[in-house]
Amino acid sequence: MITMTEFRSLFYNGLIKQNTGVVQLLGLCPLLAISNNVINALSLGMATALVMAASSGAVSGVRHFVPNEIRIPVFVLIIAVLVTVIDLSMNAFVHPLYLVLGIFIPLITTNCIVLARADAFAAKNHPLHSAIDGMAMGLGLTLVLVVLGAIRELAGKGTLLSGIDLVFGESAKSLVLHVLPNYQGFLLAILPPGAFIALGLLIAANNWYKARTVQRARATVPAAA
Amino acid sequence: MTSPIQAALRNAQRTGTILFVFAAIGTAMLAFTHDRTEPTITRGQLAEKRALLGQVLPATLYDNDLLSTQQSVPPDDLLGTRQASALWLARRGGQFSGVVLEAVAPDGYSGDISLLIGIDANGTVTGVRVTAHHETPGLGDYIDHAKSAWIDQFAGKSLTAPEPKHWKVAKDGGVFDARAGATITPRAVVKAVKSALDYFARHRAVFAAPPASKETPP
Repeated sequence: MITMTEFRSLFYNGLIKQNTGVVQLLGLCPLLAISNNVINALSLGMATALVMAASSGAVSGVRHFVPNEIRIPVFVLIIAVLVTVIDLSMNAFVHPLYLVLGIFIPLITTNCIVLARADAFAAKNHPLHSAIDGMAMGLGLTLVLVVLGAIRELAGKGTLLSGIDLVFGESAKSLVLHVLPNYQGFLLAILPPGAFIALGLLIAANNWYKARTVQRARATVPAAA
Repeated sequence: MTSPIQAALRNAQRTGTILFVFAAIGTAMLAFTHDRTEPTITRGQLAEKRALLGQVLPATLYDNDLLSTQQSVPPDDLLGTRQASALWLARRGGQFSGVVLEAVAPDGYSGDISLLIGIDANGTVTGVRVTAHHETPGLGDYIDHAKSAWIDQFAGKSLTAPEPKHWKVAKDGGVFDARAGATITPRAVVKAVKSALDYFARHRAVFAAPPASKETPP
């Protein structure tokens, strides 16, 4: 079983310490492509977290039956099967959402972070730990996606949560926040360069925060001694 | 006595078998999911298509099952198509009452703009929708009905009203609005709708011909 400390460290690892978006810089293709508003970002992030939890759990469950030589093809096969199952199910049961995420669902297969976690973590750990690690990594990606989506949507269109009616039905339309009324729009933020610039700023902010923490720690040590 | 070659062969056989078992299980899972979801997906796609056709051709105009009249037409310069495209024939009381054409505006700002155009029996546009495009978000994408009502201005237009020389955006001396800063996109759409009307005028006799006996409803 899993202890609370382990649980917490897995989440800390996925969300902050080894965050896929701003620390490992893996899986940037969907991250940059779909982060032009909060709702798209959140939806793709949750889909990725789901796929990662399921694939890490499945990979870990069969890890003793997979010889080392063929582990990569088997992992790719498992991930591809799971993504296709999720893709077909979404198409059948949550069609409007499927229309929004469109091509990015199958693309989760090629997102290297899924395979990276399967090989680096799930192949060596207990299924429960692996599923939680996959989920935490996916949520870490979701976090970056949502922050990026919020920055780009706010700068580009002056709104937040636009398109929420595509996910929660027509009645949710009133939840769209027009933060900056009569905003003219800033096209660059919505286009791909906006994604690179915003992600660059996020990485810089994260690095600055880490550097400052290290510096503070250094500054306090001699004082304590 | 086992030689290294025999050992390698045995290992290859073992890993091959394991890979095969995984592939077989994966295939079975996919087949099961496909089997379970396919009816829902097909139904969803048909409903979507029907709703889209309904947006360009008012339901009051026809009483036949539009989807079952789908025909394939060869690529045509007037439709802007480089591949065979589809059209649907509307009838009311057995009489030809309109057609829905698939057309392409090949000269959008960034590539093809796919259109669905409804035209009634008199050659008047009943509705136009953009089904796929790559225009700039926030700039040229107002041709999409989800973004703005711009495309609605085609309804009610025909080759006689406005006259052919006024089938242009306002900036070029025509009757169709276009937003400042993005004229290439609407210009392409206006041109494509006009050519589709030309196509209709040229083929109207074929469309209006009574349906072949095999597709006559009972």
